[in-house]
Amino acid sequence: MTWFDTLRTALEAMGTHRMRSALTVLGILIGIAAVILTVGLGIGAQQQVTAQVEALGTNLLIISPGSTTSTTGLRGGFGSASTLTQADAAALASAVVAPDIAAVAPSTSSSQSLVAGASNWTTSVVGTTPSWLSVRARTMSAGTFLTAADQASAASVAVLGATTAQELFGSTDVVGQTVTIAGTPYTVQGVLAPSGSTGSTNNDDTAVIPLSTAQQRVSGGSSRTTVQTIYVQATSQAALPSAYQEANNELLALHGITNATAADFTITNQASLVTTAASVSKTLTVLLAGVAAISLLVGGIGVMNIMLVSVTERIREIGLRKALGARPALIRRQFLIEASLLGLTGGLIGAAVGIAGAKILPSLISNPVALSMPAIFGSITVALAIGLVFGVYPASRAAQLAPIDALRSE
Amino acid sequence: MAAYLTGPTPIHGTRPVLSLREVTKVYRNGSLEVAALRGVSLDVQPGEYVAVMGPSGSGKSTLMHIIGCLDVPSAGSYHLAGEDVSAMSENDLADVRNRSIGFVFQQFNLLASMTAWSNVALPLAYAGVGRALRRERAEAALGRVGLADRVGHRPGELSGGQQQRVAVARALVTEPALILADEPTGNLDSTSTADVLDLFDELHDAGRTVVLITHEHDVAARAGRVVRLRDGLVTDDSPAGAVVAAGVRP
Repeated sequence: MTWFDTLRTALEAMGTHRMRSALTVLGILIGIAAVILTVGLGIGAQQQVTAQVEALGTNLLIISPGSTTSTTGLRGGFGSASTLTQADAAALASAVVAPDIAAVAPSTSSSQSLVAGASNWTTSVVGTTPSWLSVRARTMSAGTFLTAADQASAASVAVLGATTAQELFGSTDVVGQTVTIAGTPYTVQGVLAPSGSTGSTNNDDTAVIPLSTAQQRVSGGSSRTTVQTIYVQATSQAALPSAYQEANNELLALHGITNATAADFTITNQASLVTTAASVSKTLTVLLAGVAAISLLVGGIGVMNIMLVSVTERIREIGLRKALGARPALIRRQFLIEASLLGLTGGLIGAAVGIAGAKILPSLISNPVALSMPAIFGSITVALAIGLVFGVYPASRAAQLAPIDALRSE
Repeated sequence: MAAYLTGPTPIHGTRPVLSLREVTKVYRNGSLEVAALRGVSLDVQPGEYVAVMGPSGSGKSTLMHIIGCLDVPSAGSYHLAGEDVSAMSENDLADVRNRSIGFVFQQFNLLASMTAWSNVALPLAYAGVGRALRRERAEAALGRVGLADRVGHRPGELSGGQQQRVAVARALVTEPALILADEPTGNLDSTSTADVLDLFDELHDAGRTVVLITHEHDVAARAGRVVRLRDGLVTDDSPAGAVVAAGVRP
């Protein structure tokens, strides 16, 4: 009996018990579709996080102040101190001190109410220097960004994010309009191109003004010389570690700190943000894929169960086939092929359902689902293997049946 | 079709088709030993038509299993078509069954999902015959049993007598040395019984060797020779006519 004959026999057996075969296949199908979808969701989430972090700017280091400790010993949160100054930023921008740093953008940020005509909108007002645009990897959709002259003269000019412009004016065509921030009127001289969100922060809901203007008119007191964040752009991806070292050494020296562990500032880089975010989504993916794998295992046990039922039900058929000259190995092969076919069918339909789900799901839950070819072909292979593995026991039982016992049964 | 009428060339007097010598079969059920056969010796020559009779528990089913190579004897020797099958491996026994024995069962044992010709062709598939030749030979065998117009029917679409004739065709298709029928008329009405028994007569006339297990007297009467079993021993072995004349009850 050829493999082709055996395959035909297995297909006939599946066709004879359509309902039973379909339900068995369903168990595998759900498992495979679940694996493909969860892996797709996980990869999609990781890609999204990576894209978001890259949207912050390329080759970026973010320097934040350390924490303050009040007289009562209560420690303020990360970034609560005001230890970074514009002088720090100026020093880092020096090509002599830090050759691996391409650009530096000191910035302050505060939540302010913006008024334009009858409408008002509260948003994050960022005071920064002209290099912010390139350091944060932003582009303009209209008008011009802040200039060195604006910074030098502390000009009352503002650049709006797309969302902010839309909220205030109902349009993004707002160059030349006037917006009032903290009682001072500013002329809108440009609009930022949309860049999406980073985590919960909408990068398009912002207003950017010159740092000098922000220090003089928006914030007050000690904030006149300090900055909240210094964004540093390294010359290349490879230069990030040395840029980090240069910034760290220079700031330690400027702040007169000899013990590096007592630094009054923190430098974070994109890579660490990506790693943190990715590890969270990876944990979630592993967890979900684990649940999916368990459902696949249950599907496999379903295959074994049905094959055992099938062997018991077809005990006379097995006896007859043996009487007519089928060797035990051939009977085993027949049932193994049948079990593998159940697994493979479940795998193929499951993959189709998973792919369809990956196309439909993003429109329902707004999470991206990335289809991974290794996951699809891997899970089809796993489905086949599950059929095979869980078919071994029932097939061996069939092969070992004594022909007389099998023929005698009713 | 001619091949089925003439059958294999008989080798008169040289070698029996089957030869049992002092065959015993002991079944062990826990600590209990049950001797189903207690020393059976039997020779069947080519072209013979032998009926094996006996009441329930006489060991005739066990004898049928051993003759059919479905089971092996506990002691004694069994030669089928010249081959010693008493100590063969399971695989070799499967090959011997495929090659040398054509089974006809009481329950017909046709596969319901397969057409008549596929059922008949099944032993050929296990013998490794190609699909086209299988179909050709299966259709010829079905023609031989008068079912040439039923090759594409499934067992469910055939009467009991027709199903048993399909089973006979399946037993013929490999041209085995021995046709072994186990209560072939047990599930048939009298008309179909006559039909099937006529078929066995024809096979016998064509020179085939037939061993038929039965408990029915009139079925045994059609055979040329009747072997009676009781309590695992052969109690009588005589031409069928003599048994009927002597009025020995089953």
